[in-house]
Amino acid sequence: MSIAARTTAVGLGGEGAAPSVPHELSELAQKRIIVGYGFWIFLLSDIVMFSAFFATYAVLVDETAGGPSGRELFHLDIVAFETAFLLLSSFACGVASIGARAHRDAMYYGAMAVTALLGAGFLFLEIREFVGMIAIGAGPQRSAFLSAFFTLVGCHGLHVTLGLMWLLTMMAQVFAKGYRPDILRRVLCFALFWHTLDIIWVAIFTVVYLMGVAV
Amino acid sequence: MFGKLTWDAIPFDQPIPLAAGGIVVVVILGVVAFVAIKGWIPYLWREWITSVDHKHIGIMYVTLAAVMLLRGFIDAIMMRSQQAIAFQSQGYLPPEHYNQIFSAHGTIMIFFVAMPFVIGLMNFVVPLQLGVRDVAFPTLNSVSFWLTATGALLVNISLVVGEFSRTGWLPFPPLSELTYSPGVGVDYYLWGVQISGVGTVMTGVNFVTTILKIHAPGMTYMRMPVFCWTAFASMLVIVAAFPVLTATLAMLTLDRYLGFHFFTNEAGGNVMMFMNLIWVWGHPEVYILVLPAFGVFSEVVSTFSRKPLFGYRSMVWATMAICVISYMVWLHHFFTMGAGPNVNAVFGIASMIIAVPTGVKIFNWMFTMYGGRVVYATPMLWSLGFMVTFVIGGLTGVLVAVVPADFMLHNSLFQVAHFHNVIIGGVLFGMFAGYTFWFPKAFGFRLDESWGKAAFWCWFIGFYLAFMPLYVVGLMGMTRRMQHYDVPEWRPWLLVAALGAAVILAGILCQVAQLVVSIRHREELRDLTGDPWMGRALEWSTSSPPPAFNFAVLPHVEGRDEYWRRARLAERGAGPTVEPVYKAIEMPRNSATGFVCAFFATFGGFGMIWHIWWLVIVSLVGAFATFVVFAWRDRTEYEIPAEEVARIDRENRAARRLALAQMEPAE
Repeated sequence: MSIAARTTAVGLGGEGAAPSVPHELSELAQKRIIVGYGFWIFLLSDIVMFSAFFATYAVLVDETAGGPSGRELFHLDIVAFETAFLLLSSFACGVASIGARAHRDAMYYGAMAVTALLGAGFLFLEIREFVGMIAIGAGPQRSAFLSAFFTLVGCHGLHVTLGLMWLLTMMAQVFAKGYRPDILRRVLCFALFWHTLDIIWVAIFTVVYLMGVAV
Repeated sequence: MFGKLTWDAIPFDQPIPLAAGGIVVVVILGVVAFVAIKGWIPYLWREWITSVDHKHIGIMYVTLAAVMLLRGFIDAIMMRSQQAIAFQSQGYLPPEHYNQIFSAHGTIMIFFVAMPFVIGLMNFVVPLQLGVRDVAFPTLNSVSFWLTATGALLVNISLVVGEFSRTGWLPFPPLSELTYSPGVGVDYYLWGVQISGVGTVMTGVNFVTTILKIHAPGMTYMRMPVFCWTAFASMLVIVAAFPVLTATLAMLTLDRYLGFHFFTNEAGGNVMMFMNLIWVWGHPEVYILVLPAFGVFSEVVSTFSRKPLFGYRSMVWATMAICVISYMVWLHHFFTMGAGPNVNAVFGIASMIIAVPTGVKIFNWMFTMYGGRVVYATPMLWSLGFMVTFVIGGLTGVLVAVVPADFMLHNSLFQVAHFHNVIIGGVLFGMFAGYTFWFPKAFGFRLDESWGKAAFWCWFIGFYLAFMPLYVVGLMGMTRRMQHYDVPEWRPWLLVAALGAAVILAGILCQVAQLVVSIRHREELRDLTGDPWMGRALEWSTSSPPPAFNFAVLPHVEGRDEYWRRARLAERGAGPTVEPVYKAIEMPRNSATGFVCAFFATFGGFGMIWHIWWLVIVSLVGAFATFVVFAWRDRTEYEIPAEEVARIDRENRAARRLALAQMEPAE
């Protein structure tokens, strides 16, 4: 390669010959896509983590070590309420997303508050279930089955707790900063997170509770 | 108040760790004092610690890896010399100390040498090769780095305060359970690896998003340099494999801290479940490390053969095939579990199949060299050394994929020789090739070639001396991790292996000398052209070191080997001649989030290890507050005005033109 060639070749950006780049998307729209996409990848990794807990639970489900099994411990009526709370909270979260996008305060704050209340109700029922189990000697130290149960369901509960903290932070952020594009992107990520917790709960509901009380 | 932490945690009665720890503490304090006295702290804070520039983060990763390599190598020298001495005697290392050394060696070399080295090179190179200005989430990138550094710090604190794990580089239960490892060693391992693992997952998320979503205009997937492809594959594996590690270590943590029964011997715990889970992460981990090394070799071989890479498409497909198959071989780490002949056969065959795409790659590199004008610069030497060494390592790998053979060789030094054969010969040689190759891009001057070549030959010869004997003693029945032995036939081989370690030490000293000599002679080694090797991909089209914004104007990509293609065009006089239109550039602002987060993570981890619960709570609150403060920022970007961009770019071009004009007589 001649020197002249190298001189011209280095450091070239899109000089001269470069055709103008068609920008179908505005920069903001592009940012929204990148943030949403990245958060989805994160959620996938989170789901992979849950799958490890699910697999462990499936391996250990019969290892009750003489202690109680799922059929003796699970109360489907409470679980039905938990499920209803969480699914309804997801609906409320969807409404909040629309409210945020439409910049409608009443809709956003109202729906977020409902989401938070339903999420807290879910957590209350879950903690009550856990405390009840520990009180009758069916804590996680009792058997490998219970270790796996508390870890899998507790990890989901921990996610809901973190989600509630995030939710309150997002309400505060919108209150302090308004519907700024970067805040709206965070609302989008929060909504994705909250809906994913639903998906995982559906799997827990099926694999742990329904299959647990079935023969 | 301080949980389990008392003055007994400092090993006053053990001279070796006390002296080693003391020296490290003195050196660190000395460096900090030196930096403070010189008044460099504001510079370090501004340009490095709070930097969200992918280039600076990449350099910090590689620096961390280099320092940890020294630490891990000292462990290696101690092990080799212990085994050389401990024939029919106890040697100089007491068993509990020896066990900590081999555990620390493996942990440090994988998590804090290989991983940061690989991730550091990717950080530096991938955005430049894609022709963009930064990764998708720059602040997250900084958080990832600092969490990795936290993990390394915690593992090294164990040298002075308390003890490290004695269970090997993976904490296999039931040995790692509280019953058999009541000390804090395993806890140091768990929290060090867990915290750095969180950083790694975030790096994975960041780079998958960057490579799939952020490109220079025209940079389609099939135009991406192979290094970007391998980085992508590696990061995909991280996203899919590291969460399993997180879950597995969390379960072991619950066993140890709260009396759960995942992997215990009683109450229904299942030890083999740990083996399965850890290797579902552990085998893909091998490919996380080696795939980017393959990418480096692809860049180096085509650059120094002056030819486009042979079989680009097959290279991409081979990379993605390895990425997928890497999940289907984990059971070959424990054929002896007794899963039955059919299950073992499936995993044995899968392990052999994964050698096929790897073979495709080797042939592609050889055909790239065939008919090329091969230049034997240092990066190329590492690549050639790799090709020879890695094929041997691959063949012994296929050998142990044969289930009956594996039953004989399981847990022997043959395994140790095999995985060092592929990790040193593959990953480390690749990282050294990449380090030499991209050093001039990072700092604007080349590394000294003669010291580099000396380092290569010492490493290459030292590697064979150190590890080929281990194959032999492995076949003779020597198991791994032996503190002493009394079989006279093993002795000569272990003496040769110790000699090999000494030769590798000479190689490392050559590398240190290379760095020192190169810095001192940086004016002679200066490269103002931005392209010291006649490179092919876009990173060579900008100045060395690149400006903060990488490219004054985003390149418009029209083919593979874009920079090389433009050079040919320019040679025919068909290249663009007018100056581009400069525009203002938005760049992400610095953020202390990563550093502050790591600060809290360090104390939080330390609190967990020593059961200092108030410290854990304070740290968690602090970390949450850090994120809220970060989220409250109003300005996340700053603008470099168009005139400033133009000034920097014109200066770089002028310097480059001048440098090339001065080179003319030589060419």
